[in-house]
Amino acid sequence: MTSVSPEYFLALAGLMFTIGVVGALTRRNAIVIFMFIELMLNAVNLAFVTFSRMHGTVDGQVVVFFVLVVAAAEVVVGLAIIISIFRRRRSANVDDVNLLKW
Amino acid sequence: MTFAASTLPTDEATFAQLIFGAPLLGAVLLLFFGKRLGKLSGIIGSATVGIAFVFGVLSFMDLTSIATGHGENARVLTKSWFTWIEVGDFNVHMSLVIDQLSIVMVFVITGVGFLIHVYSIGYMSSEENYGRFFAYLNLFIAAMLLLVLGDNLLVMFIGWEGVGLCSYLLIGFWFEDRANATAAKKAFVVNRIGDFSFLLGIFLLAVSAGTLTFAGINESAVSGAIGGSMATVGALLLFGGAAGKSAQIPLYVWLPDAMAGPTPVSALIHAATMVTAGVYMVARTFPLFEAASFDVLLLVAWVGGATAVITAIVAAAEYDIKKILAYSTISQLGYMFLALGVGAYSIAIFHLVTHAFFKALMFLGSGSVMHALDGETDVRRMGGLRKVMPITGWTFMMGWLAICGIVPFSGFFSKDAILAGAWADGQYVLWGLGVATAALTAFYMSRLYLRVFEGGVVMPEGTHAHDAPPTMAAALIPLGILSLAAGALNFPGGLTFEHFLEPVLGEPEVAHGLTAWLLGGAATVVAVGGIAVAWALYLRAGGLQVRDRTERMLGPAVRAARNKLYVDRTYETLILQPGRDLAVFCTEVVDRKIIDGAVNGTGKLVAGSSELLRRLQTGYVRNYAAAFLVGVVVVFSILIVRVAA
Amino acid sequence: MNIEVVVFGVSFVVALGSSIAMLFAKNAVHVALFLVAAQVALALTFLLQGAYFIAAVQIIVYAGAIMVLFLFVVMLLGVDRREALIEPLSGQRTIAVGLGALLAAEIVYVAVKGTEFVIGGRGEDALVTINEDPGNVKALARALFSDYLLPFEATSVLLVVAIVGVMVLARRMGHEGFLRETTEDEGSEGAETDAEVPA
Repeated sequence: MTSVSPEYFLALAGLMFTIGVVGALTRRNAIVIFMFIELMLNAVNLAFVTFSRMHGTVDGQVVVFFVLVVAAAEVVVGLAIIISIFRRRRSANVDDVNLLKW
Repeated sequence: MTFAASTLPTDEATFAQLIFGAPLLGAVLLLFFGKRLGKLSGIIGSATVGIAFVFGVLSFMDLTSIATGHGENARVLTKSWFTWIEVGDFNVHMSLVIDQLSIVMVFVITGVGFLIHVYSIGYMSSEENYGRFFAYLNLFIAAMLLLVLGDNLLVMFIGWEGVGLCSYLLIGFWFEDRANATAAKKAFVVNRIGDFSFLLGIFLLAVSAGTLTFAGINESAVSGAIGGSMATVGALLLFGGAAGKSAQIPLYVWLPDAMAGPTPVSALIHAATMVTAGVYMVARTFPLFEAASFDVLLLVAWVGGATAVITAIVAAAEYDIKKILAYSTISQLGYMFLALGVGAYSIAIFHLVTHAFFKALMFLGSGSVMHALDGETDVRRMGGLRKVMPITGWTFMMGWLAICGIVPFSGFFSKDAILAGAWADGQYVLWGLGVATAALTAFYMSRLYLRVFEGGVVMPEGTHAHDAPPTMAAALIPLGILSLAAGALNFPGGLTFEHFLEPVLGEPEVAHGLTAWLLGGAATVVAVGGIAVAWALYLRAGGLQVRDRTERMLGPAVRAARNKLYVDRTYETLILQPGRDLAVFCTEVVDRKIIDGAVNGTGKLVAGSSELLRRLQTGYVRNYAAAFLVGVVVVFSILIVRVAA
Repeated sequence: MNIEVVVFGVSFVVALGSSIAMLFAKNAVHVALFLVAAQVALALTFLLQGAYFIAAVQIIVYAGAIMVLFLFVVMLLGVDRREALIEPLSGQRTIAVGLGALLAAEIVYVAVKGTEFVIGGRGEDALVTINEDPGNVKALARALFSDYLLPFEATSVLLVVAIVGVMVLARRMGHEGFLRETTEDEGSEGAETDAEVPA
């Protein structure tokens, strides 16, 4: 096992998560936003793996496994939604989809 | 007296429920199938009341078959169905009682009721809602029977409200006419005041006596368990109810207007039966009145006496034949309360019975006149009708002589007994009031009778007067005979009626010997005097000039009497107008401004704030995500601060 | 210097660097490639912390399968599209960057100061033992098929639902296929479609 203390891994996870948040909020392309969400999921995965190490059990890794599965399903469905939106709107810009308002 | 235990009382009165069940069945039948039964509904309605009368006779025989006796051995039959209310020690049973008092009432109600039903077959024959009329009439009979048969105040109250409802329905029978609907409403509302008082009295007695049976309440009153101020308040509240139902001062104003209903209704409900419910109720609970620390009975007597005189004065100035009879009814009810007030309970009931006969007779007679004259009610446009319609004329004469108190007609005996009772009780002023009323009664009834039936024939143009058809005559003749002969029930020598009622109502104080003869003579003299004055003014040649002179002399008094002594107008100013103002205030200010203002204000507040808040819904997904972030940061910050602290 | 520290340093720099690069890449394809780089670097950190199986799956599933899917869709919708630099939503960037910085500060603060709150564990050595006997994959399989069996089965349902849902979403509607020319030529749209899209 590594001699690098877990705080560094957690800090890395936190920073990457925040970058994902900022990206998801500032970019307008739906696919790009989606990729930032994937980045956030990955950052959380890192945190889980680190906790798994700190606890000395594999449970954290099991959670990561589930996150992977859910992420796969989510990506498939999300991309299908993006495509169907694109079919209607000829655009992947999320700002173009703003009908649901006052 | 026997007193009901807390368990279900005995089950002896075999026919009690049948007595009131028969008309109830008829009412239900007619309410549902009245339209389809057509003319048959009159026969069904009459028959069910007749059946009730037969069951009454059977019950009477049951009652008399029990060993007779006074006081403790009173003859009472009870019939219990079920326990209605059971709360702790407090029980109310759905039970009926047949004793001397209630059987007398049953006879009056079913007997007179039957005759009036028969009369109605002819009187209402051209009526469209024939079935509905008989349904209401039967329902009334059933409710009235429940009222008098109930062995506790609550069962009585059911009947009490039932007759009130039927009264309302029948006064407003021709509700298409606005005046009739208004009269019905007036009767209902004024009755409500009395009923409210009655209900409060029931509550008070339920609390203080712990029971609502008449036997139990009377026992508590006699033993002093409810005495003094409690009994006073209870008696006053009950009397308030009686004054409303029996049209006594100050609640009598509804009865003259109640004449808007069909005449048989006036005869049955507003002369013979329902309006006497108050008299019956006071007689039922008289020990309570006697136990009161304040002399409630004296108040009852004075209210009765005052009502008798005042309404007799108004009756003397009226021109509407039914209104005269209505005021006369109030006046006679005043007599009954006068009798109750001086402790002559059985005499009050006796007058109730005789009055039921002769007043029902006169109402039916007036109905016959109206029937013949196409609904004309103004006595100034009638005259000499006895020649045209002999049956009506002769029977009306029976009623006239009875109410005037001429020997040997029934009214003489009952009225004379009341006056003698007042004298014997030492209430000489009340006796004076009674005598004055007797004189006035003789005057105004003679004025009515002589104008309508004697002298030259006068009829509204275009009417072809005819005598009463057979069914109407079939009711008039028995009532005429009863008006003549009912005095025999309580002939001074035997006093059968008083003795019959004695176990329930006690023995009245009466004058004896020479006093009795003198009192009777005085009453007869004033009655004859009243008739003579009426004859002089209305029948004798030159009476008109005398009348004019007298009216000019008594100017303001006559005007006041013509305006019903301004009572209605006073109520209008003192009670109705403030009430109307309050209602207007409630709608215009309280409802429109305050309540509607609050409701609309709430709506406007919500609408206004949502106008601002809806701007938050931009429709941009990224805005919403930013809101997420704000939330996350806030929650995270709070957590950090709390854990670090 | 310890080789592990070196490996961590490299993966730290690559992961963070390519994440930041993702923020500024204009082209969606570039964003995807930077994401792949970040994921590979993360796989390294997984390896460093003894999560061997997860590291492998990370490379295979994420960097492999999922990212290929992303690239495929990017290509499908048109690689030429570039985002405008102007932010149309006022305050969006300020909020995102400002609060993002605040959030990062908070997370790092917690990561550094808050490890003592991780309680109830058996310590890092326990994981080392597990990885030696019965081994990382076996231990994971044991946990997955015993304690986590129900969630595991639930994920299989989830996958089926996702597959069916995608088929419904992506199936051709009438004459409208997504393989038609997509880059321009709005006028070639059928009137039928125009009517369905409110302005």
